Amino acid sequence: MFTWLTIVTALRILRRNRLRAGLTLLGIVIGVAAVIAMVSIGEGAKQAVQKQIASLGTNVILIWPSRTIVGGVRGAQGGAVTLTVTDALDLKKKVPFLTDTGWYIRGAMQIVNGSQNWNGSVYGTSPSYLTIRDWSYSSGGAFTQADLDSAARVAILGQTVVEDLFDHGEEPVGAAIRINNVPFRVIGVFSPKGQSAQGWDQDDVVFIPYSTAERKVLGTLFLGSVGAIAASAARSEDLEDAVEEIRTVMRVRHRLQGDQPDDFTIRTQVDMGKVQEGTSETLTVMLMVIASVSLFVGGIGIMNILLVSVTERTREIGIRMAVGAKRVHIMTQFLIEAMTLGVVGGLIGVVVGILAARLTTIIAGWPTIISSDAVVIAFIFSVAVGLFFGLYPANKAARLNPIEALRYE
Amino acid sequence: MAAILNPLIVCQDIWKVYRIGDVDVQALRGVSLTIERGEFVAIMGASGSGKSTLMNILGCLDQPSRGHYWLNGADTGSLRSDQLAEIRNQQIGFVFQSFNLIPRTSALENAQLPLFYRGLPIRQQRALAAAALERVGLRGREEHSPTQLSGGQQQRVAIARALVASPSLLLADEPTGNLDTQSSREIMEILSELNKDGMTVILVTHEHDVAACAAREVVIKDGQIQSDCVTKTTIQVAEG
Repeated sequence: MFTWLTIVTALRILRRNRLRAGLTLLGIVIGVAAVIAMVSIGEGAKQAVQKQIASLGTNVILIWPSRTIVGGVRGAQGGAVTLTVTDALDLKKKVPFLTDTGWYIRGAMQIVNGSQNWNGSVYGTSPSYLTIRDWSYSSGGAFTQADLDSAARVAILGQTVVEDLFDHGEEPVGAAIRINNVPFRVIGVFSPKGQSAQGWDQDDVVFIPYSTAERKVLGTLFLGSVGAIAASAARSEDLEDAVEEIRTVMRVRHRLQGDQPDDFTIRTQVDMGKVQEGTSETLTVMLMVIASVSLFVGGIGIMNILLVSVTERTREIGIRMAVGAKRVHIMTQFLIEAMTLGVVGGLIGVVVGILAARLTTIIAGWPTIISSDAVVIAFIFSVAVGLFFGLYPANKAARLNPIEALRYE
Repeated sequence: MAAILNPLIVCQDIWKVYRIGDVDVQALRGVSLTIERGEFVAIMGASGSGKSTLMNILGCLDQPSRGHYWLNGADTGSLRSDQLAEIRNQQIGFVFQSFNLIPRTSALENAQLPLFYRGLPIRQQRALAAAALERVGLRGREEHSPTQLSGGQQQRVAIARALVASPSLLLADEPTGNLDTQSSREIMEILSELNKDGMTVILVTHEHDVAACAAREVVIKDGQIQSDCVTKTTIQVAEG
């Protein structure tokens, strides 16, 4: 009974000072809205990163040649050319965790279509590499084992290459292009994959059969050498075991003695994702901290306004005490006032925060995810802030001496 | 105990000492006073005589430094602030010189206030408050806020608030101090009537014509009772 009436009283007092209550609310509203908007931006970034990692393909393991060390001078990653097609085929045979293995060589080549030309990354790959990396096609399709065996002059283009070589509306599939002056027929166009987690354009690619690349376009140091091997595991739980077995098989194949370092590097999708996920995690935490600070500032606003209110209403408090209000009554009245500010500010803040997140997506094009956790936590936090910052003024009011309070002018 | 249980108020050698800076100020110096139920007492004295201090102690807003004050047989000296609040709520009604209504709050709600802190159901609060307002002649003004009422009407709301909880003691501190002659007379009439109905009324004032309404006059000077005499014998002290 008392609580309900006190809430009504508190609401009425807030309504009496509309502008003041409104400005105090604003602090909380901005704080809560900031927390929600920032967290949803952070969550959006995190999901974008996860999507990029998934764009590598599922359960993918990549094997690169290691750095060369000749006479103490370290070469660049991938400097040694130690991996071969037979490595890849052997791994598929000997490591039971793997469903398939593929390989590629890469080079930058001039690509020409009629009067347009473009310099892009040309990949010579096995057909299995296409399936492992999980490419899909917006038109046409992949090349086959037969194309590989016959070193067919067929190419699959990425979206960026299509945009640069073909006029808008022109159908690339079936067109004749020249790569390094060798004529190719376009048999497929990839669906866009967007930026990779490392920031390069995954659509700026041309894929041709490995054998064609080796013999007619890119060339290799020795027959059957490859730039990298990709393998896919059946289940993500098997990734670690698969990596270990690949290492064992590769060391035997490359005749490495016990203390010799690996001449190859194995990375899984998980390893590659970790760094990026860490970055976006840091971003989220940082945004949260900034937003929390503004919520805290909002709380100080509540305390400030309540202190003013206690001073202004000293006489009223005296009257209430004279007619029998106990300390707990006075305390409750001010605490409820503070919490009302927290609750109302929190509710408006939730709405504004969700709108702000939506607007961010619409205007800036950033992905945002409104997590219900963030909404609930921000709301509870704002009520708690109201309570916390209301404690001091409420206590101050409750400790007033009724005689002095009654005499206060 | 039986002897002191009977009177409403028993003060025994009350001292009140304030410390202002390094100086002890003795506001009350050994006041002893007994007031029976149903009395109408005027406490008189110049400003600074200690009458406000005595009034605060009688109203349980303050506690004596020394001595004892029994209200309805209960020694108030040992009570905590919450217990004092309860006594104020249930046994004492205050009327102040400056009305002390809560601003921007209707007459009805002002009159309801003591019942609010007693935790009565809202319906009962409203009914009792409306009855109290009617008793002081403010029927139809329930929804007026203090600024919409004249001084005399505001003081009547204050009286309604003081009597709404049916206290055993009504304390009026210069109730006519801020009012014109006409309103003053009306207020004093209301207080006299309440007293006739059996309410114990203590009136603090420095005006002789106001004090004349009371049946007994206690004069305070320099923190001590200078004189205590019954001025009217027509009003019978209610039998305990």
